[in-house]
Amino acid sequence: MRGIEIRDHERELHNFQLRVGFASFVVLLAFALLAARFFYLQVVQHATYASKAEDNRIAIVPIAPNRGLILDRNGVVLARNFSAYTLEIFPAKVKDPERTIGELSELVGIQAKDRARFRKLLAETRNAESLPIRTRLSDEEVARFAANRFRFPGVEIKARLFRQYPHGELASHLIGYIGRINTRDQEKLAKLGVEANYRGTDFIGKSGLEASYQQELHGSTGFEQVEIDAAGRGIRTLARTPAQAGNNVTLTVDIKLQQIAETAFGARRGALVAIEPSSGGVLAFVSKPGFDPNLFVDGIDPQSWAELNSSPDRPLNNRAIAGLYPPGSTFKPFMAMAALETGKRHFKSAINDPGYFEFGGRRFRDSKAGGHGYVDLHKSIVVSSDTFYYQLANDMGIDAIAGFIGRFGFGSKSGIDLEGEAVGVLPSPEWKQRRFASPEQKKWYAGETISIGIGQGYNAYTPMQLALAMATLAANGDMYRPRLVSHIDNLRTGERRHIEPVLQQRLALKPENVEFVKRAMADVNKEGTGARSFGSAQYTSGGKTGTAQVIGIKQGEKYDENKINERHRDHSLFIVFAPLQAPRIALMVIVENGGFGARAAAPIARTVLDYYLLGKVPGVLPGPLPADEDDKEGD
Amino acid sequence: MDATLLSPRRIFQRALARLGQGLDGPLLAITALLVVIGLAALYSASNETTGRINAQLVNLAVALGAMWVMAQIPPQTLMRLAVPAYVLCLALLVAVALFGDIVNGARRWLHVGVTRIQPSEAMKLALPLMLAWYFQRNESMLRLRDFAIAAVLLALPVLLIARQPDLGTAVLVGAVGFYVIFFAGIGWKILVGLGILGLASLAPLWGMLHDYQRQRVLTLLDPAQDPLGAGYHTIQSTIAVGSGGITGKGWLAGTQTHLEFVPERHTDFIFAVYSEEFGLIGNLVLLGVYLALIARGLLIAANAPTFFARLLAAAITLMFFTYAFVNMGMVSGILPVVGVPLPFISYGGTALVTLFMGIGILLSVHRHRKLVQT
Repeated sequence: MRGIEIRDHERELHNFQLRVGFASFVVLLAFALLAARFFYLQVVQHATYASKAEDNRIAIVPIAPNRGLILDRNGVVLARNFSAYTLEIFPAKVKDPERTIGELSELVGIQAKDRARFRKLLAETRNAESLPIRTRLSDEEVARFAANRFRFPGVEIKARLFRQYPHGELASHLIGYIGRINTRDQEKLAKLGVEANYRGTDFIGKSGLEASYQQELHGSTGFEQVEIDAAGRGIRTLARTPAQAGNNVTLTVDIKLQQIAETAFGARRGALVAIEPSSGGVLAFVSKPGFDPNLFVDGIDPQSWAELNSSPDRPLNNRAIAGLYPPGSTFKPFMAMAALETGKRHFKSAINDPGYFEFGGRRFRDSKAGGHGYVDLHKSIVVSSDTFYYQLANDMGIDAIAGFIGRFGFGSKSGIDLEGEAVGVLPSPEWKQRRFASPEQKKWYAGETISIGIGQGYNAYTPMQLALAMATLAANGDMYRPRLVSHIDNLRTGERRHIEPVLQQRLALKPENVEFVKRAMADVNKEGTGARSFGSAQYTSGGKTGTAQVIGIKQGEKYDENKINERHRDHSLFIVFAPLQAPRIALMVIVENGGFGARAAAPIARTVLDYYLLGKVPGVLPGPLPADEDDKEGD
Repeated sequence: MDATLLSPRRIFQRALARLGQGLDGPLLAITALLVVIGLAALYSASNETTGRINAQLVNLAVALGAMWVMAQIPPQTLMRLAVPAYVLCLALLVAVALFGDIVNGARRWLHVGVTRIQPSEAMKLALPLMLAWYFQRNESMLRLRDFAIAAVLLALPVLLIARQPDLGTAVLVGAVGFYVIFFAGIGWKILVGLGILGLASLAPLWGMLHDYQRQRVLTLLDPAQDPLGAGYHTIQSTIAVGSGGITGKGWLAGTQTHLEFVPERHTDFIFAVYSEEFGLIGNLVLLGVYLALIARGLLIAANAPTFFARLLAAAITLMFFTYAFVNMGMVSGILPVVGVPLPFISYGGTALVTLFMGIGILLSVHRHRKLVQT
């Protein structure tokens, strides 16, 4: 036994030594390979490399690519580039920037605004080679500086490409803007592993399409191998790989339609989203007020920034995807669909509307005092009976409502190709459970269900969600993901990539139910609450007005528009699709504090539809309609 | 009491002698030589400033402490530590995959209280410990099954590290594990078979690589393709090496280095600095020093009393070789750029501690070569 073990040990040891010998051989071989490589580089090729390193020091200079253009569906340019001279300071080479700036201001105009911006950039950006103190120099200024250049080491004139938004405020929330790459952007680029492709690039999309299509628009950085002398000055270019411009992005949006829609808003605040129901292509995307994206291009000055941020109108807020509003009565067609599909109501279901619905000793008022009398499902939409929907909501219960309504996209992101979309609130007991802290607040009360039925209560959705729901209903339940881009062109290869419609889901709705609700909506525009705006239209359409309460009104108290602070007035909403057969457009408008839905929102919708369907350009702005007794007949 | 005996100098000398008792002189001398070369290159790479030198001296102090501690632990105790060390490191690697911090696109670090640790680094020693322990346990009757189990023990950490992704460390951990299996006596036929299988699996492996890893491989074939990104390193380091010539440009006189053309010149690309300034002669000297280190290490392994100690010492020695070969290969442009430092020379504390702990294990194996009766 012991003998075998010893023999094993000896054999094992022998085996091990054999392998050590083999390993040594491999090590020697590998080191011989390295030695051969060193010999090749340092003896055979030495002259080549020595000249590369010593005589000709090669600097690799990145060439930033031209950013791709953004175009509307008809090829109108919405974002482009122009070249301009900038005066730039290399912070690493200038000891006292403030003094240098002082001296520079004797040669070129430098305003307090420019100084403030420079300081802000200096604080925000890390590792920046150079920062602009003045942009868009005139030829005369360039000449004056050039003559004095020797006085300013570390200051240079550079020709740079700037982004320009020729339409200014128009569609600003849609297009967005670019800005200087800051530390946070750098970290993001590092995470994506694309820093190399951003060498030489100073700007990056910060919001809107400029941000969400950054990768497409950017292009790829080229480079130049430049021979430099001992002082680091360029002597000649050895090799050059040109930059490849970013791709051009063409939108589904029609900028003319957008302009008509924005003009229709005038100075009023609000949002409008128009969608092609058969594809999800967004035709107009309005959030008012907007801002001038050109302000951001070479670094916004602190004063303009403060103004934009502190304005009570919140112009930087993208209302179309991030503004949350109760839908008011525009919710009713979807409630009616829910009632039909779940079998809670049928075509002939009717109630007698006394002007209120009583629940648990509390009266839920109808917007028409005294009520609408005999109301069936059809009439409930046409005259917008609140009482009908109070009762319906109570019969359905919150779970059934949330379950059905959610399928239309309420309370979930629409998936549009923009960043910063809000989720909204689709009220349900689960939502309340998550949202609130105290057990008292977490509980869902049956009374809370009642006002959900008329689009009030906890309901809060983005205009995009409402527009998408409208488009889905118009397309008989086919929900296409809303999208802003029609195609992307690669200029170098000439390749065009079409962004195909994405059918997100197909709601299994009974065709006769859809037809019923659509007919009721058609009658809204023919003889109901939308008739004053759409009665004379030369095309068929289906609509629904809505008025969303901004502040609660006490029981029995009357809402008097004139007595209320303008910002506490109701929001005015309107959803519409047209034409009735094979709809080409579905649209949602909200005018903040616009009052009754038919008055402020519907005329804007009419103007937009007239242009889109008939090519009619409005002569006069559609102001709000005058107040009318009809207004009191529900909203 | 003789006053001279108590003079501080004498006390220091005696303490040093006691500290160094039983430690292998040649191995320490070779390592010291590498460290000196490293500090000289680092000083040049830092444009003759001492900030990094000081920091590296602190790293060295810590690393030497770790080495000394390892040298005190007899191989039998190391054997007992093998399983817990391996399991702990593996668990930490899983934790990294789940909760690790992302730095530069890779998930390598784990927050532990106030500090961050990189478990993949410790795996470089924990894996050979584990495998050597496993083979020692089944010493007299190693069968194919044992090698298969060893392969699994090897593959688990390597895959976890590779998907962080940290290709450099994955290569080193994979290599050190493979060396243990190799020295344990895996059949030659199996080795050749695995080699063929490995070549055949290159294509599917390509599909698994991250874009930036593929880019590195492509860039290796043609560095000019991407001179701004991955290729820039290789282009500039190759110029640095080639322009060094036979005798080099002289210490502190490398233009590539001093004009900051060589990227990462303190860490992974420090060999470019050295090579530019000391030339082919310097490179051959450095190769010679590494050869001496490897020869000494293999000698210690061959003289080790137990299977465990032999495997461990030989694998760690060849790991030093792998570090050196991969690093010099990538700097001189014959291997892809993976994050592997030049052992004992590159700036950075983490790698230095691991390397010196490896030396500590070799010292321990050497010191206890006669204490265990076979």
